[in-house]
Amino acid sequence: MIAAHYPALQIVAPLIAAPLCVLLRRGTLAWLIAVAVSWLVFFIAIQLLQQVMASGPISYELGGWAAPWGIEYRIDSVNAFVLLIVSGISAVVAPYARATVAKEIPEDRHYLFYSAYLLCLTGLLGIVITGDAFNVFVFLEISSLSSYVLISLGKDRKALTAAYQYLVMGTIGATFFLIGVGLVYAMTGTLNMADIAVRLDAVENTRTVLAAFAFITVGLGLKLALFPLHLWLPNAYAYAPSAVTVFLAATATKVALYTMLRFVFTLFGADFALNVTFLAGFLMALAIVGVFAASITAIFQNNIKRMLAYSSVAQVGYMVLGVSFFSVTGLTGGIVHMFNHAMMKGALFMALGAVFYRLGTVHLDRMRGLGRQMPLTMFAFVIGGFSLIGLPLTVGFISKWYLILAALERGWWPIAGLVLLSSLLAVAYVWRVIEVAYFRDPPENHPKVTEAPLSLLVPMWILVLANIYFGIDTSLTIGVAERAAKSLLGLGG
Amino acid sequence: MTGELAIIAAILVPLIGAFLIAASHRHPNQREAATLVTATALFILVASLLSPVLAGQRPETTLWEIIPGISISLQAEPLGMVFALIASFLWIVTSVYSIGYMRGHHEKNQTRFYVCFAIALSSAIGVAFAGNMLTLFIFYEVLTLSTYPLVTHHGTDEARRGGRTYLGLLLFTSIAFQLLAMVWTWSVAGTLDFTPGGILAEHASPVVFATLFVLYMFGIGKAALMPFHRWLPAAMVAPTPVSALLHAVAVVKAGVFSVLKVTIYIFGVDSLARIGGSDIILYVAATTTILASIIALRQNNLKRRLAYSTISQLSYVVMAATLVNDFGILGGTLHVAMHAFGKITLFFCAGAILVAAHKTEVSQLNGIGRAMPWTMTAFTIGALSMIGLPPTAGFISKWYILLGALEADAMIIVGVLVLSTLLNAGYFLPIVYSAFFREPDTPAKHGEAPKTMVGAIGLCAGGTVLLFLFPGQILALAHMLIGNVP
Repeated sequence: MIAAHYPALQIVAPLIAAPLCVLLRRGTLAWLIAVAVSWLVFFIAIQLLQQVMASGPISYELGGWAAPWGIEYRIDSVNAFVLLIVSGISAVVAPYARATVAKEIPEDRHYLFYSAYLLCLTGLLGIVITGDAFNVFVFLEISSLSSYVLISLGKDRKALTAAYQYLVMGTIGATFFLIGVGLVYAMTGTLNMADIAVRLDAVENTRTVLAAFAFITVGLGLKLALFPLHLWLPNAYAYAPSAVTVFLAATATKVALYTMLRFVFTLFGADFALNVTFLAGFLMALAIVGVFAASITAIFQNNIKRMLAYSSVAQVGYMVLGVSFFSVTGLTGGIVHMFNHAMMKGALFMALGAVFYRLGTVHLDRMRGLGRQMPLTMFAFVIGGFSLIGLPLTVGFISKWYLILAALERGWWPIAGLVLLSSLLAVAYVWRVIEVAYFRDPPENHPKVTEAPLSLLVPMWILVLANIYFGIDTSLTIGVAERAAKSLLGLGG
Repeated sequence: MTGELAIIAAILVPLIGAFLIAASHRHPNQREAATLVTATALFILVASLLSPVLAGQRPETTLWEIIPGISISLQAEPLGMVFALIASFLWIVTSVYSIGYMRGHHEKNQTRFYVCFAIALSSAIGVAFAGNMLTLFIFYEVLTLSTYPLVTHHGTDEARRGGRTYLGLLLFTSIAFQLLAMVWTWSVAGTLDFTPGGILAEHASPVVFATLFVLYMFGIGKAALMPFHRWLPAAMVAPTPVSALLHAVAVVKAGVFSVLKVTIYIFGVDSLARIGGSDIILYVAATTTILASIIALRQNNLKRRLAYSTISQLSYVVMAATLVNDFGILGGTLHVAMHAFGKITLFFCAGAILVAAHKTEVSQLNGIGRAMPWTMTAFTIGALSMIGLPPTAGFISKWYILLGALEADAMIIVGVLVLSTLLNAGYFLPIVYSAFFREPDTPAKHGEAPKTMVGAIGLCAGGTVLLFLFPGQILALAHMLIGNVP
């Protein structure tokens, strides 16, 4: 039965497709492969999620080697959901990539682009699916190295420095993570996550474990772009090719957050994180300061991709805030916001990609009057913006609801107030764009532009409609997120 | 048609209308016909709900769960009926009026205008028939967003600035206060359904109860309580039909309607009277009434004067609600309807003066009554209704609010009502006087505005008088709210 091997296929398919693209050396073929593989992994992710929701966690022994010696892929409601996010985004980004890549990247490098893209996809999926701590590191490096390549392919020369910056920060993060995993291994003698979880209890109060915990959280904090470890992100997102920005913004930080959730809750355990360390309070403070600092910075950006990048840092703050409540409602909010933020940022960056496709820039000043020239693209931006603000009938509202509810459940109403105030900052930076696009006349000395081609509009509007659909019908997202939250807190599910 | 279907249809019909309007953007006559047909259909739908509601039924329908435990649900109850009836009837009149205005004034982007108008009406009806707080909040926000393009219709810098204030204040209050209050209510009470008698009293401590009340009242920014009132004058950059229907009826009445709805169905009048918490808002509303009237006195721009008058009149409703007794609820509910007719008449007149005479300032209106006798007669009727004199509708609602204040032994409020009446007279009667009895500064070269506009004005002014003579149905609906079966 092929279905039994879905977990392996999820990783093997993109992993094999990547070198295949290099061998074929043809941009169009490589693109077709990328699309086909993305749709395949999306299909598998849906199957896996259904299976997990129906009959509980799946354990898959790679190569038939039993855990804890062999590598185990372990899928429960938490990572099945993240697999769905990553593969789903890839399924819309891959078709979207063709036009923007053709415009932004020299033709002789197209096949390399798709090859790196597939590797990045492999890495992200791998981090999520694996049940082996060292394997996480391996996939982390695969995804990171390929994303440095992808970012450096950006048209602007600043893309190179941005990629370099990311490389340095990313390597530090990965190294910290590896040190942490090494310390854990030294204390437990195993790399299998489920096994670590059992054995850590006995050595929980040692300094080594505490140090391991610190290394792992800081290392992942870097990959997550948790304030104040976010400095690599704005440039990386701003100068990467459009399709890469969409893909990374919608998936990379979510995967890092997932990894953090997995290590903090499953391996170390919520009790350890709460009782032994000050993690909860610390994360909450960073999250809130991060939300405000990044949102305020976003208001002053004139490069709109950068503006949204800062907004991403703020949104990471919301996710971490949800986690830091250490309650079912809070975690549900944090996890569902991973999904919701992928939808909104995916849609917004796709709209910007279309603007870049036509204008060759996403500078606010050049976007004057764009509301008339590219009505569908800009309307997509408006709805994405509404979602970012958290207006009702969009996914953003659902996330906000859970975050506020989690704060009020704990009786921390000032936190609830801060969350609400921060969404008003989103109004400020979203409305700057809307005013310029709809109230200003187009610049005179530039040629008129027309609406983006369908190959960009269709994926963009799929995500826009997803923003609305999952804001109205939350049975899938909240259903899975709540179950994932319960399972992370050890309350079944 | 069953009541459940009629409610859903009432929300869908304007949306379908919006599509039809957008589809016929190349054929203005067809487009305007679509608006009129939609408006009429909506009114018929709403009116068809009147007799079941008066018979004591509460047609309701639950659509789907949006967050586990909270659904989109709709229900027709007496208060919502008052609001829906007024809004849908006045939409017909406004549509007739706008056709004359928009063409007479050569406005651009008329299709967008009518589309947004239809969406705004759909959301106003949604607010009216919301069966729980979340549903109300959703439609409330859609109403804010769909009216933003109407406020900024002219696309000038002034419009952009006005739009900023409009959207900024309405979003700020609704997100920072109303949403917080709503989630808080949910976490305390475990339900958001509008229930006669309220849902909070057994679950919330007195402090939380009172805090929530204040949060809701300021959170409903559309009720324009000071200091969150500035969006209303800012919205006056909009074309006059927008100011008339939306900022005298649909939007602002959605605000005070929500105030009444929350007071009656979330907190419960009896619980509020017992536990307290409404006093602060009572005095905020009283202050708003007086201050807004004083500001209105000093406005030379006619529409701005009307806007400040609206702010002060909206606070009547808030005061009435926060008196927390039966007469207060009666008076507040009636005032939603009565003020709507009077104020829309006044705005229509302001628009007619703009279109026919190209005048916007109060100081330019000397002797205008001779050139525009119909318009200025209607203006006088509207002004009398604002002051609260018979034979106009404003008298009835003011009467009940006064009774409410007396019953509550709130002599300060009685004083505020008297003073505000004088102030109203102070800023409306001079306009009437100079229009009819002063010599024109320059001989008038214009007559009345286009016939459709004058017709609409006549209808509204007539309605203001008719509501005084026959308040029966509205009064019956209001009585149901305080438990009196007609």
